[in-house]
Amino acid sequence: MASPVSVSDVLIIGGGLMGTSAALFLRQRGRSVTLLESDLVGRQASGTNFGNVRRQGRPIHQLPLANRAIAIWRRANELLGADVEYLQSGHIRVCYRERPENIAKMEEYAAEARHVGLDLELLTGNALRARFPFFGPDVLAGSYSALDGHANPRLTAPAFARAAQRAGAQVFENTRIIHAAKQGTDFVVTAEDGRTFRAPVLLITAGAWGNKLSQQFGEPVPLTPRGPNMSVTEPVPYAIAPAVGVMTPVEEETVYFRQVARGNIILGGSTRGPSYPDQYRAYVLPQNTMKQLRQIRRLAPALANLNIIRVWTGIEGYLPDSLPVMGRSATTSGLFYAFGFSGSGFQIGPGVGETMAELIDTGTTPIDLSHYDIARFRRSA
Amino acid sequence: MADRELTPRIVVVGAGPAGVRAAQTLLEAGIRPVVIDEAARAGGQIYRRQPTNFRRSHEALYGTEAARAQAVHDGFDAIAATVDYRPDTLVWNIADGQVWTASERGYATLAYDALILCTGATDRLMPVKGWHYAGAYSLGAAQVALKAQACAIGARVVFMGSGPLLYLVASQYVKAGAKVAAVLDTSPLSNRLRAAVDLIAQPGILADGVALTRALAKAGVPVLTGVTPLEITGNAENGVNGVRVRLANGTERDFAADAVALGYHLRPETQLADLARCDFAFDAKTRQWLPKRDQDGRASVAGVYLAGDGARILGARSAEVSGRLAALAALADLGHKVDPLTLVHLRRQVASYARFARGLATAFPWPHEQAANLPDEAIVCRCEAVTAGDLRRVVNETGAKEANRAKAFSRVGMGRCQGRYCGHAGAEVIAACANIPVEQVGRLRGQAPVKPLPVAIAPEGEE
Ligand SMILES: Cc1cc2nc3c(=O)[nH]c(=O)nc-3n(C[C@H](O)[C@H](O)[C@H](O)COP(=O)(O)OP(=O)(O)OC[C@H]3O[C@@H](n4cnc5c(N)ncnc54)[C@H](O)[C@@H]3O)c2cc1C
Ligand SMILES: Cc1cc2nc3c(=O)[nH]c(=O)nc-3n(C[C@H](O)[C@H](O)[C@H](O)COP(=O)(O)OP(=O)(O)OC[C@H]3O[C@@H](n4cnc5c(N)ncnc54)[C@H](O)[C@@H]3O)c2cc1C
Repeated sequence: MASPVSVSDVLIIGGGLMGTSAALFLRQRGRSVTLLESDLVGRQASGTNFGNVRRQGRPIHQLPLANRAIAIWRRANELLGADVEYLQSGHIRVCYRERPENIAKMEEYAAEARHVGLDLELLTGNALRARFPFFGPDVLAGSYSALDGHANPRLTAPAFARAAQRAGAQVFENTRIIHAAKQGTDFVVTAEDGRTFRAPVLLITAGAWGNKLSQQFGEPVPLTPRGPNMSVTEPVPYAIAPAVGVMTPVEEETVYFRQVARGNIILGGSTRGPSYPDQYRAYVLPQNTMKQLRQIRRLAPALANLNIIRVWTGIEGYLPDSLPVMGRSATTSGLFYAFGFSGSGFQIGPGVGETMAELIDTGTTPIDLSHYDIARFRRSA
Repeated sequence: MADRELTPRIVVVGAGPAGVRAAQTLLEAGIRPVVIDEAARAGGQIYRRQPTNFRRSHEALYGTEAARAQAVHDGFDAIAATVDYRPDTLVWNIADGQVWTASERGYATLAYDALILCTGATDRLMPVKGWHYAGAYSLGAAQVALKAQACAIGARVVFMGSGPLLYLVASQYVKAGAKVAAVLDTSPLSNRLRAAVDLIAQPGILADGVALTRALAKAGVPVLTGVTPLEITGNAENGVNGVRVRLANGTERDFAADAVALGYHLRPETQLADLARCDFAFDAKTRQWLPKRDQDGRASVAGVYLAGDGARILGARSAEVSGRLAALAALADLGHKVDPLTLVHLRRQVASYARFARGLATAFPWPHEQAANLPDEAIVCRCEAVTAGDLRRVVNETGAKEANRAKAFSRVGMGRCQGRYCGHAGAEVIAACANIPVEQVGRLRGQAPVKPLPVAIAPEGEE
């Protein structure tokens, strides 16, 4: 067998936000790192997502991780030496009149979140409309988080990758790993073109493709690829500070929007479309765009005066409980996972990277990862 | 839709020369196609009709092409009531065997058994410093103003760029009584001599072109070749006040003007072919990506056909022929009998137009090297105001060398036009900066909607 292209302390498969941020933080801890990416870094879910940097709405047990991430987002430009357009301009989550029971849920969530360092302000009636005059008549109440916000996904993961590289990480793009196994004390992974890479620790951050690798270690997970719908309007004068989203149990009603500093308004959500990880393609179904626009008009009727100029989607891996796989392998020592972020990995991404780096470097982390254990799928698989 | 089993539904997008002839051919075979065009009146670009309340003659509007224009218009008028004609209707997306339309009435879908895309062309543009000032137009826009609205874009107009339309539109302006300050062609005269072997494939069109140049000279318009555009001078408040160029002999010269018409021949409108997931290939002669198709217009996707300038820039006469051919190909694929001799005859004509088009590409090449020499402060993407320097910085600092990657980092091609006007030049800037062949830069992936779509849009028939 040909000698490996690289030998390092840690191998990372998958150069999305999870992999690139883990690479940077591992380097900061003095570990040598090789990052392997089948396409270009940050071009899949991490580069195509909506860009919400939102803590509220996450499970309460995830907030410590989200708080860790916020601290990194705040110093991201300095950390990365690049502007990732992070705006801590607030986030508001609203519910509709036809589901008044959501107010009680919002209150309950706010009470619990306060203990974990997330302050939320509940707004209804005139108070809501005075602050956010763009909401439609169906909107009943809102939960406002002043310290959440949004950032530019196209720029973020590539900036992490460049920072990791400057810090000494080796980054191999156009390197698709098709085989991974442990040989003795080392992992040896093989790319499509036959190159091999070796290290005693392997971190799999392969997004919607994670299962293809975890199953090579006897740990298949029920990961479903889906493509959330995105649209963007022409630019208009900057006027909407917070990112906005709807709290509802109905997928079709789940829409969100944010205005970027350039002025365009990004619209997201409603019924998700299919995506094709094997072809590295996802397509927006036009009927889903139409549903999305209808829901956006309901949420903020004035947006009906604008035009959309482009739609897009990406490939995201969803697990049945909407929680990621994150932590140690249950079968193989030295193997770690962080994938399957189920539509909500962007905000926590940098926190995931830092936590995985900490876990790999020190063997432990104060972040509670018990909900994300890959062993929870043993029964179903 | 029960009778679709018996009569297949064929959708023709575009009612220019290609679409009109395709529709006629289908009707002759007993199939009533759906003809969709975003314009209010059929005719397409070259034979664009004036609004119904204007009364200029065909001779006044179309000059040497008046008879052809009349024939295409009459041809369509004769079938307009028989085909399912939908003017003022944009096809904004294609998915799963359906076209998605948008109009004042709202959106609708239409399933097809065959789809003939006759979407025509738009100007091909090369940035120049100052081209974002008010008063800088594309050549096509300058012509549309004249044809549709009977106005000139300025009181003293410079025509700058290359290609046959440069001379045509300049002479149309002269004829309409507008003041043409100069015609500045980036291509040196020697290119035309080299092109002669191919241009003689269409002696009639060649003679018309030569006559145009003579007419310009006779009208006293300075016509300069081998020119390098340096700058459109002016300012943000008052717009264009002139152009500065380097002449073939190396000296710099200013021309005073209050408007500039810019254009470097044309580029096909290929977004619908892209959304239909057709394969594309790089055409080295014209340095652009074009949808693949066979000699009759079959695209790589079954049931999709491409005709006219939307597939290859072969001109209006060829568009009529390729429209027929594409319709015959669709008919043949749907099991109709098609006369093989007719096919041979039509293919031969298209081949001759293709040879002529090759000659035009030799005579009036896309001056790609200008992109490499653009000053850093020149804007490349006008929608997003991204300069050549911004784009080069992205290439140098992030290593982005692929078109979509550079777009993601720089916003080039991310605005209202979705890269239709800056995509080619952006790719050349990237290629020159990264020192790689332009085909390696790739092409911007098309995304719906083909043109901006109102957030307000609702299904047809819904309040
Ligand atoms: C359209 C869309 C909208 C979204 N909106 C939001 C939002 O607003 N807020 C939010 O928090 N989250 C959002 N998400 C989810 C979020 O984007 C993801 O959870 C997050 O980016 C996941 O990051 P990742 O690094 O795990 O995955 P990815 O970014 O997909 O990275 C995985 C990488 O692994 C690579 N890879 C896979 N297999 C291999 C292999 N065998 N060898 C080498 N490399 C491999 C892939 O090429 C890819 O680059 C959205 C997702 C999408 C698609
Ligand atoms: C502005 C301009 C001016 C020109 N002037 C001349 C000239 O004077 N002389 C000359 O020889 N050549 C001229 N040309 C070249 C011209 O393109 C061809 O000669 C000829 O018009 C090609 O015919 P066609 O049928 O292929 O396309 P076109 O005539 O361009 O017709 C295409 C039609 O498709 C419609 N269409 C396109 N996309 C969609 C969509 N998504 N949904 C619905 N409808 C759609 C358009 O509205 C248009 O009517 C000009 C080109 C342009 C762009």
